Amino acid sequence: MTEKNSSNGLMGWIDARFPATKMWEEHLSKYYAPKNFNFWYFFGSLALLILVIQIVTGIFLTMHYKPDGDLAFTSVEYIMRDVDWGWLIRYLHSTGASAFFIVVYLHMFRGVMYGSYQKPRELIWLFGMFIFLALMAEAFMGYLLPWGQMSYWGAQVIISLFGAIPVIGDELTLWIRGDFVISDATLNRFFALHVIAVPLVLLLLVVMHILALHEVGSNNPEGIEIKKFKDENGIPLDGIPFHPYYSVKDMVGVVVFLILFSVVVFFMPEMGGYFLEHANFVPANQFKTPEHIAPVWYFTPFYAILRAIPDKLLGVIAMFGSIVMLFLLPWIDRGKVKSIRYRSTSFKWLLAMLVVSFVGLGYLGALPLSDTRTFFARVYSIGYFGFFIGLWWISKNENTKPVPERIQ
Amino acid sequence: MVKALFIVAGLLLPVLGWAAADDNTYPNDEISIDWDDKVAMQRGARTFVNYCMSCHSAAYSRFNRVGKDLGISDEMVRENLIFTTDYNGHKTKVGELMKTTMTDEYAEQAFGTVPPDLSLIARSRGVNWIYNYLRGFYVDESRDGLGMNNGVFEDVGMPHVLVELQGYQVPKMKTRTDSNGKEHEVIVGFEIIKPGTMTKSEYDQTVHDLVAFLDYLAEPYKQTRRNVGTGVIIFLFVFLILTYLLKKEYWKDIH
Repeated sequence: MTEKNSSNGLMGWIDARFPATKMWEEHLSKYYAPKNFNFWYFFGSLALLILVIQIVTGIFLTMHYKPDGDLAFTSVEYIMRDVDWGWLIRYLHSTGASAFFIVVYLHMFRGVMYGSYQKPRELIWLFGMFIFLALMAEAFMGYLLPWGQMSYWGAQVIISLFGAIPVIGDELTLWIRGDFVISDATLNRFFALHVIAVPLVLLLLVVMHILALHEVGSNNPEGIEIKKFKDENGIPLDGIPFHPYYSVKDMVGVVVFLILFSVVVFFMPEMGGYFLEHANFVPANQFKTPEHIAPVWYFTPFYAILRAIPDKLLGVIAMFGSIVMLFLLPWIDRGKVKSIRYRSTSFKWLLAMLVVSFVGLGYLGALPLSDTRTFFARVYSIGYFGFFIGLWWISKNENTKPVPERIQ
Repeated sequence: MVKALFIVAGLLLPVLGWAAADDNTYPNDEISIDWDDKVAMQRGARTFVNYCMSCHSAAYSRFNRVGKDLGISDEMVRENLIFTTDYNGHKTKVGELMKTTMTDEYAEQAFGTVPPDLSLIARSRGVNWIYNYLRGFYVDESRDGLGMNNGVFEDVGMPHVLVELQGYQVPKMKTRTDSNGKEHEVIVGFEIIKPGTMTKSEYDQTVHDLVAFLDYLAEPYKQTRRNVGTGVIIFLFVFLILTYLLKKEYWKDIH
């Protein structure tokens, strides 16, 4: 080969045929990330780790699980009791689902806090939001598979929401379920979507999310573009190669995460009924509605918004609207300053309001309805939407602090 | 930001305050289960096969698995735990699932419903609930046939199978006013009117052991889980020190 330097031996042979070294350099050893990443920057790599955990444990679960209305519940208990280390595989998968959402919510919060969705990173944010959407679909379908009472009735409630859509509603729910009630047909298609369709979409979106990130470069807690100041070789002065610096740093984050994760997996896999709901240890029974149906915790904020509104259709619209708002964030925020460190006090208050509202809604969404709770759910719903409206309002002429040129 | 966090916490407090508020069931004691107390679980297993398994299955569990986990030999399991037979009258084999001999059709006729499988009852209901439920049966003449009711599970269809052990008891009632100003008759205690073969504390212990067994039955790998977990977490802490030192070494020239 006439290729120049370093193209010797096996790596040279491969590089002449496949861009292995080129990709390694572009995305790791010569990808320059800002040197000031803090605690909040662990969650991206952690989300990737959990994705791998979910795929690997998922493969082993599918080897023993039976997507059949008569066998599904029993096969899960068979995995827990008779399959070697089956309990571990299943708890890793069930805890992984909740951990995925914790990590993704914190990852999104980081993005809002430091303006990581702002120009030129709108597409990274959008791909990320599609990942979030795919993740919700994945989790929802996965939760039906153990075929417990809460799997069954939770899915019943959520699918019936589509019935609120005028004209086509009833036909649509019938089409989703493949039957007049949730049944074996629903279980089978949810299994197919959960193990093949959605994971493929998810992987593709993750690749696009990372490619887009590596195209424009990472944001940082200061909200400064490090590409503005480069040395004579074109390397950002405030950047450091992702590998080895952030690969070794992320390893520390990974181990800390694994410790917390292990505490849940090995010592509290039900997490007090939040990660694995008590009613889900009873096999699905279409003739017996549980006293209280609650979605798993990661859906409760959106479920609370739905219930806060008296009209079903408007409730569904508000619920989807709450997610659409997140999609539109890069255009709702008209500000030029990215990081919370240099933004106005009003921004900080708005963000605090968002956090209170989101956590409050999440808490209320898990509880049975009462007048006081509905009242608070409404207050928090206003708080949630208020963040986006308020942000649009204040960001036009925001009273920001001067942003430094370089990272200190 | 710190100030904002405090305000956030303050605003969330009223939400957390609602977590309390319980319903009026009696009894409502709490128990703790010692996962290492195999002897209690063995006693519980004996009660389970003698009293519960006439009607209830534990169909996700196998006899010899119970034996292995609780330190009972297959020989002992055959003699002391297996009282069920197959359709031809042959004794159930030690490696089989713990299914009751009663058929679903018979159960439907006798009780109007098939008694639930108890393999996972400790996870769906919780150990405290079962402990109180099995101690909460009282005489209620108004109920045809059964003549019994339950302070935890009102109008339950299950007869009080352990009554010969516990004896017959009647409730002590009291009128309580709830937060909406409504008056309710609630049970505040029991009085034995015809003693059984056990004293109150003996009976409580028997139920406790049975619940310990059910708790084991719901998650037979619980102790393995805890032991493996301890090892994993110790390993991760050692690994954490190494990864931290590695990170520090790499980062010492970054300013």
